[in-house]
Amino acid sequence: MEQHDVVVVGGGPAGLAAAISAYEAGSTDVVVLERDVQLGGILNQCIHNGFGLHTFKEELTGPEYAARYEDRLKELGICCLMDTMVLDVSPERVVTAVNTDRGVFSIQAKSVVLAMGCRERPRGALNIPGFRPAGVFTAGTAQRLVNIEGQMPGKEVVILGSGDIGLIMARRMTLEGAHVACVAELMPYSGGLKRNIVQCLDDYGIPLLLSHTVTRVEGKRRVEAVWIAQVDEKLRPIAGTEKRYPCDTLLLSVGLLPENELSRAAGIELSPITRGPVVDERLQTSVEGVFACGNVLHVHDLVDYVSQEAAMAGRMSAQYAQGDSGEGSAARGIPLVAQGGVRYTVPAFIAPERMDQKTTVRFRVDNVYKNKFVCVYLDDQRIMRKKRQVLAPGEMEEVVLKQEHFAERDGVERIVVTLEEG
Amino acid sequence: MDVGSYDVVIIGAGVSGCAVARELSRYDAKVCVLEREEDVCCGTSKANSAIVHAGFDAQTGTLMAKLNVEGNALMWQLAKDLDIGAIQCGSLVVCTDESARDGLDELLARGKANGVPDLRIVEREELKEMEPNISDQAVAALWAPSAGIVDPFGLTIALAENAAQNGVEFEFCREVTSVRAEQDGTWLVGTTAGDVRARCVVNAAGVYSDAIHNMVSSQKISIIPRKGEYLLLDTTAGQHVRHTVFMLPTKMGKGVLVSPTVHGNLLVGPTALDVDDPESTDTTAEGLAEVAQKCALTVANVPLREVITSFAGLRAHQPDHEFIIGEVADAPRFVDCAAIESPGLTASPAVGKMVCNEVCAILGLKERPEGEWIATRKSIPNLNIISFEDWAKLCEEDPAYGRVICRCCRVSEAQIITMLHRPIPVRSLDAIKRRTGATMGRCQGGFCSPKIMEILERELGMEPESITKAGPGSEILVQKGGE
Repeated sequence: MEQHDVVVVGGGPAGLAAAISAYEAGSTDVVVLERDVQLGGILNQCIHNGFGLHTFKEELTGPEYAARYEDRLKELGICCLMDTMVLDVSPERVVTAVNTDRGVFSIQAKSVVLAMGCRERPRGALNIPGFRPAGVFTAGTAQRLVNIEGQMPGKEVVILGSGDIGLIMARRMTLEGAHVACVAELMPYSGGLKRNIVQCLDDYGIPLLLSHTVTRVEGKRRVEAVWIAQVDEKLRPIAGTEKRYPCDTLLLSVGLLPENELSRAAGIELSPITRGPVVDERLQTSVEGVFACGNVLHVHDLVDYVSQEAAMAGRMSAQYAQGDSGEGSAARGIPLVAQGGVRYTVPAFIAPERMDQKTTVRFRVDNVYKNKFVCVYLDDQRIMRKKRQVLAPGEMEEVVLKQEHFAERDGVERIVVTLEEG
Repeated sequence: MDVGSYDVVIIGAGVSGCAVARELSRYDAKVCVLEREEDVCCGTSKANSAIVHAGFDAQTGTLMAKLNVEGNALMWQLAKDLDIGAIQCGSLVVCTDESARDGLDELLARGKANGVPDLRIVEREELKEMEPNISDQAVAALWAPSAGIVDPFGLTIALAENAAQNGVEFEFCREVTSVRAEQDGTWLVGTTAGDVRARCVVNAAGVYSDAIHNMVSSQKISIIPRKGEYLLLDTTAGQHVRHTVFMLPTKMGKGVLVSPTVHGNLLVGPTALDVDDPESTDTTAEGLAEVAQKCALTVANVPLREVITSFAGLRAHQPDHEFIIGEVADAPRFVDCAAIESPGLTASPAVGKMVCNEVCAILGLKERPEGEWIATRKSIPNLNIISFEDWAKLCEEDPAYGRVICRCCRVSEAQIITMLHRPIPVRSLDAIKRRTGATMGRCQGGFCSPKIMEILERELGMEPESITKAGPGSEILVQKGGE
């Protein structure tokens, strides 16, 4: 069987950054397996700007951001197999894939980086009643049709869900000559970035209807109208508030789900909250030598954080491939506990004895909070208290734990990340 | 306009019409199927429970009971001949109320009288072993090992393809608007795209079979479309039950079934609501909520967060709750195959034979000589179940097996292209879905729809704007630009 040091599953932003950093950490035998015909993943259809502010200190479009990594990949001569679908990752790190050149083939990898990204929640997952006509698209599918295929999915548009892709597509469809009647959001707050609400809705006079949802789709063959109602605090439609919006298109931006079918089949432990693998501070999953990063691990808000995280996974996968996992490599570490409005943390375990000088812990909150303190406890001992004016579910948060926090503290049993009143 | 002339015109390309067409294709006759939609399997046949019923439900002595049991017996060999998905997984009718147990005995007795094989009552302990997720309320169940599940699209498409291989013509997007007796004893069937002439007409028009029947007969029949709503769960939930689980009706009402599907999903439903409009295949908030609530009556912890889609189908119900099959008394050579509601899918192989025999007797048709009739039809490989070795062999024969288009349901470009060049024309995303499974999975076509559209453009020379979800009027795209 063909053998390689590091096999990266997915050539989107996470896979690219992971492959480069694995190479730079000394594992030059890296292979990227990508299902599309080009690298870059979802960035290819994100032709708007705003990418890379943190990483490159400039505003790039999605394809430009991806190109920076692709160029580096080429420079290093990293092998990429395109149009290649990974079918299976075994716990023994045999990666089986298929493409038109080689048919079905397997690679024995020393370590594997999972970077499969995420998918959009479809209409069916929401149980929106009504007909099932043409004209209902997830926002990402519509984005692909408009930006890659040069096609127009509709002219009179209603958008359900205020995730970032939905907000971006409200603007995009408007610029392409469509009329966007409104963006309806079930929750009392948006699931997207504040800057997108301002730049994509406010600037174009598109109303954002918070606490509203689509209650019915009309039109047997093509969408003819949708009905939108206000919802109560239990998210149930309020009778009498229904309003009919004639339209030919309903775009859905109602959440992203990490694509973990391969992980599940490999027996990797998944978090019911993130729906991604449960990882330690090396981003190693419950299966030794298999690492995860990017949106397959948890859905990110900014690609810059994906790249950072993936670089870590790449470096750790290289270390593992070189048989240099260091002290205490088998142990998962001290569990992190998310509470007080913190939904989850990535990583879920930290082993201080093997961690770098710093470990970034990323998390999301479950509601909009104002003037709260993000606090970290080692058992009962508070080690961090950081004021945040606004925390929102749409934006990823982080705290940075340092080696020194753990100095002279033996036997810590849990690390708590929580929100507290001012 | 050309007036085509046929021995037999079948109105409706659902599972019944296609079963009749296949049976008739054994005979020396010119047969045409007229369908108002753009493909076969677009009405009741596409939105139902996909169950092969054992046959204990229908009243003994009815046509429904007879054809159910016969259809079940024929189904398994037919599935092999036509290379379609069918699994004889058995069914359980679960009693959740000790005081309603008599109902199980009644079903058992009726089933035996109907000729259903191997029925028996299983008690709670055995039931729990057979079905670990059964509700704590379950006390006993009627076990029917002859029952099973079938791919309703696969069955209908395979019947049609096999009929077409044997010379039956299919005309799509031709809605029948009139049926008139001619002086010479033939029928003139008017459609939205010209007339056709037939010596014999078969009415297999589903929820419209009353309208078609009433065009020729003074003895009117009436179909009341009965809506059933369903939830379909992801394959991650497909193992939640191993058998089709029904609920024994109690004074608390009728439950819904929970069943695996041949595609590996979990199906729950249906509701039953009589409606006026035979077009109202829309789901309702109330209906979907009812399904979600009722499935818990027999099965514990149905993982409803794994729902990937919901749908509604209309059963062609008539007040007598009986199939209407046979030559219409005041309309010679007009044969009804009407009011085929559940267990119509199960019964379809037997319905096909019965209607065919009727037509043959009327027209005196002769069987074609041995060797002039193809009895089997091949499907496409299922990449979800074949070994990697076998998949590798397929790639050697056709590299397009190496390009996965639908990642959720593992469908390659090769399978899609194969289905585009079969005897029944394929033009829409839904037609491809029903044949290959592409777009049917957890992303519901989010990733693969644009890729399938590219294949349609390339293989069939279609303009992107002409590609539809399910026939004219359901175009995926609008014309570009503001002009």
